[in-house]
This record gives sequence, structure tokens and C-alpha cells, in this order.
Amino acid sequence: MGIEPDRLHFSWISSAESTKFVEVVTGVTEAVRALGPHQKFVKTNVKVA
Amino acid sequence: MSNYTDKIREISERLLKEGRVDMVIGFKQGTMPMMNEPCFVKKPEDVSKLVWDSHCGINLANYLTDRKEKIGVIAKGCDSRNIVTHIIENKIKREQLVIIGVPCKGMIDRRKIASMSDAEILSVAEQNGKVIVKTKDAEKRYERTDLLQKNCALCVHRNPVIYDELAADLVEEQKNVDRYADIREIEAMPPDEKWHLFDDLFSACIRCYACRNACPLCYCPTCFVDESRPQWVGKSTDPIDTKTFHFLRAYHCAGRCTDCGACERACPVGINMRLLTRKLEKDCFESFGWEAGLSLDQRPPLDVYKTNDPEDFIK
Ligand code: SF4
Ligand code: SF4
Repeated sequence: MGIEPDRLHFSWISSAESTKFVEVVTGVTEAVRALGPHQKFVKTNVKVA
Repeated sequence: MSNYTDKIREISERLLKEGRVDMVIGFKQGTMPMMNEPCFVKKPEDVSKLVWDSHCGINLANYLTDRKEKIGVIAKGCDSRNIVTHIIENKIKREQLVIIGVPCKGMIDRRKIASMSDAEILSVAEQNGKVIVKTKDAEKRYERTDLLQKNCALCVHRNPVIYDELAADLVEEQKNVDRYADIREIEAMPPDEKWHLFDDLFSACIRCYACRNACPLCYCPTCFVDESRPQWVGKSTDPIDTKTFHFLRAYHCAGRCTDCGACERACPVGINMRLLTRKLEKDCFESFGWEAGLSLDQRPPLDVYKTNDPEDFIK
């Protein structure tokens, strides 16, 4: 639908897998940071009364 | 086509007289050409209201949801698949239904016909594979096969998959249909291009929800778009709200949509929202070998768990 593939990640992490959690979060953060701010799905027409 | 009508009337009259059903849901002539309406017949003497022609594109499974009566229902190929889906999802019981199957040769696209003439169309009739369109001062003939609704041109299940009575002999199924040429094109686009395509596609949407209302799959008592606490999606025609509505509506139909085309047919501005539902249909077919509504004995892919699911998108 027009979302960059690197912006969306899926992972399955057990509550016991703290190291994997850290790895995944770091990886996701880096990937998304590389893409820059998300411009889509942002309402630009909103008027605040 | 008129023999279809005769047969439908004959079957309906018999079912009503014998008390096997409390009503028959079929089609009656609409007040405008090409706009047949759903019709609930409860008395044998009223069966003459029922008709069948190429303008019966509305999906009658939509009228079965949570009904308690015994119902005779007319079903084209796609309707029958939505009836199966309804039964699987506990929206109606098989025992309540007498399904009057109608082997279908495709419905005619009323927009195509309307776009071919500036004058008001007074009548549309059919004869030997030709469609005869009358306006005030002209009469034109077209090949029926050129005028099919887009979903009907791609249909590979024209015969009802489940029925108790048949209104005609089974028809030959279309073979070697490439259902997803346009979807593959979109899949190959870079994200930005996809985004703009959907921006354009839905820019005319007025959020009337006719597409949702025409669809037999959309039977939630309160649709997510109508909910206000919490409000899942904005109610304006802001392009983001509109797209959110369409993407989510399509996802709710994943693994359930039969591509009956009722949504597209109902849209007052002619939006091809089937581009979304067909992408999901394609994914379901490629990942799970699934086509919706073909059998009462198989659970849909989204409500089963299999240990051998590759899940390779999950890291
Ligand atoms: S989403 Fe459209 S094509 Fe699919 S079942 Fe609903 S009305 Fe039919
Ligand atoms: S029927 Fe058409 S205009 Fe109405 S909500 Fe659906 S896509 Fe939008």
C-alpha cells in the first residue's frame, strides 16, 4: 500500500529472550532511522479550531 | 435468460406451496434499467415478481445474515461461495436454506453501457449473445462478452458450489484466466508509486459506505468506521482517513472475499476497490492454496494454526 518494506518489522520474542529483544529493537530503530520520518499516513489537511 | 426466470418462478412456487421455505430471496425488475432489486417473496402467488437477467449483480448472501426463517435463496457462483462463508461463520444454518443455484454467464457492467451513450437509457435487453440498448432515438447492439463486469470477466467459479435446486444446466467454467495481471503490476511498483496510485484511486471516495453495505462479509453490528469510543478512524474525507477505511475494510475481507463485485457495483463514483481485495485473495491463494467459500468442510486460513506454516516474514 506504499509503506517502505523496511519500516515494518515482525518478530517473535519470548519474555526470556532479552538479548534478542535488544537486538531486534536496535535493528528496527536503525532501519527506520535510515528511512527518515514517515510522511505517509500523516494528516496534513487537519485544521485545528 | 427468460427460461431462467421461468424455472426460478417454478421452483420458488413449489418451495413456497410445499411449505419448505417461508420466503424466497431473489431479484425483481428495478425501477430503472439495469438496476434489479432484491426481492423477498413470501406467497406462492407473488412468484411472478421474480426475474433473472444480466443485471442481478447484487450479492443476495447479504440478506441472509442472522435470519431465523427457512429461506429459499437464488445463488450465482459467487453468491453461493458467500453463502458457504456465511454458514462457516455461523451467520446462517445450512438446514435453514434451500439454495436455488443459477449457473451464471456473467453480469453486465451497467457503467460500461451508460458510458457508451449520452442519452438516457430506456431499456437494455438481450438476444442470442447480443445486448440491445435503447435510448430515445437510437437502438444499438453490442456483444454481450464485451460488456461483462470486470469481476465476471475474470470469474472461474460461475457455477454455484453448493445448491439444492438448479435453475438451468451447469455452464462451462472459464479456463486459463489470468486473474491477477493488474495486481502483479502494482506489486512491482516502488512504494511511492503505490502510494500515489492508491491516493488517486480513492480520491473520489465520498465515504458513503455503499461498498461496505453491499458486501455480505460486512455484518458486524457496529463497523469499526462507525465506532466512536474508541474512534479507530477519522470520519472525514481526509485522504488518510479514506485510505485507512479502505485498507482496513479490505483486510477484514481477507480470505473471505469471493470477488463477487457487489462492492464495486454499488459505488456511486465507480471506485475499483477490488484492487485491494484481489491482492489479498491472491496472497491467500499463493500462501495457503485457499479460495474462499468453496467447501463447508475447510476452515479459512485466518482461523487455523498450522505448525508447518513457514512464517518467514517473522524474524
Ligand atoms: S469485498 Fe466486494 S467482491 Fe469481496 S465479497 Fe465483499 S462485496 Fe464481494
Ligand atoms: S461505495 Fe465508493 S464512494 Fe462509497 S465509501 Fe465505498 S468507495 Fe467510497
